[in-house]
Amino acid sequence: MDRRTAVARLLEGRNGALVVTGLGSPSYDVHACGDRDDNFYLWGAMGGAALTGLGLAQAQPGKRVLVITGDGEMLMAFGALATIAVARPRNLDIVVLDNQHYGETGMQDSHTGKGISLAGVAAACGFERTGTLADLAAVDGLRAELQRPSQGPGLFVLKIAAENLPRSLPPRDATYVKTRFRAHLGLRPC
Amino acid sequence: MDSTIQRDLGLDWPVALYETLKAANVAHMSYVPDAGHTTLINLLNADPEVTTNVLTTEEEGIAIAAGAWLGGLRSVVLMQSSGVGNCINMLSLPAQTRTPLLMLVTMRGEWSEFNPWQVPMGRATQAALEAMGVAVLRSETGGDLIETVQQAAVMAYEADGQIAVLIGQRLLGKKKW
Repeated sequence: MDRRTAVARLLEGRNGALVVTGLGSPSYDVHACGDRDDNFYLWGAMGGAALTGLGLAQAQPGKRVLVITGDGEMLMAFGALATIAVARPRNLDIVVLDNQHYGETGMQDSHTGKGISLAGVAAACGFERTGTLADLAAVDGLRAELQRPSQGPGLFVLKIAAENLPRSLPPRDATYVKTRFRAHLGLRPC
Repeated sequence: MDSTIQRDLGLDWPVALYETLKAANVAHMSYVPDAGHTTLINLLNADPEVTTNVLTTEEEGIAIAAGAWLGGLRSVVLMQSSGVGNCINMLSLPAQTRTPLLMLVTMRGEWSEFNPWQVPMGRATQAALEAMGVAVLRSETGGDLIETVQQAAVMAYEADGQIAVLIGQRLLGKKKW
């Protein structure tokens, strides 16, 4: 499926969720839906997206947190699936945009095209809800599913086409992105 | 902090460390276990006001702490010196976002160390942190450690600093084999 359309459909049901994005194309996909104060984009720290989402979810238990990242970024934080499962936040969902390739670096194959199922690993770790989605109709279903309360974290893999779309670049000034994100939550700079 | 002053900090520094973190309004902690951190980990895990996370590898704690701060919580990360090497690239996150980070690192490989495999990373710990822009403080006695963590908490949470406090292996005592 087309990644931009999938992310746009998903974020139509955002409903106040705080969004954290993994470096590379997931950050561009979310930015392409409109730059917002309640988006936190990573441009580096590969493997940090889901865990940043965990800390945020624990600090803001009254808000839903949605992490949108790529297969390569999530693979680098394989152990994070165990950490998040044990932490068991009820307000954290991870969406992996899985093109089975490292798109930023020349489309080299990733593990997910060679039999590794991130949703399967998350389920084995004890995630409350998991799934692998192949088309936009399924994404519409996920949008509704994410509105429902959960007893634990979720991880959903969206199988997307392997292509590099025109980049939609979020701000690279990380202190600016951090400070406006915190201001959105009523938190002040030092 | 009267209760802290009355303690024998040569012995009871882990309890005083817990009280120091509580006084600094730290409400969130992540850790990879270390024998030297046992008491502090137990106290924080038992505290209903503190959210804790056990990690599979130390760099997870760096990202979690940044996320906690994004959401308004003060987080501390506990690890031993061997784990500092795992954190290197993830330290880009607090460095680049200028997000408060307080790491408490128990040292191995530097004092009465029986296991030579601990020595290379123990020797490189301070340099590795400083290479990523983390300010490094170091304590060898309980009294100095408490004072150091008190001020490190100010510089981290009130001045957006990235700070590691190294707890000398001399203070931790010899590991029993």
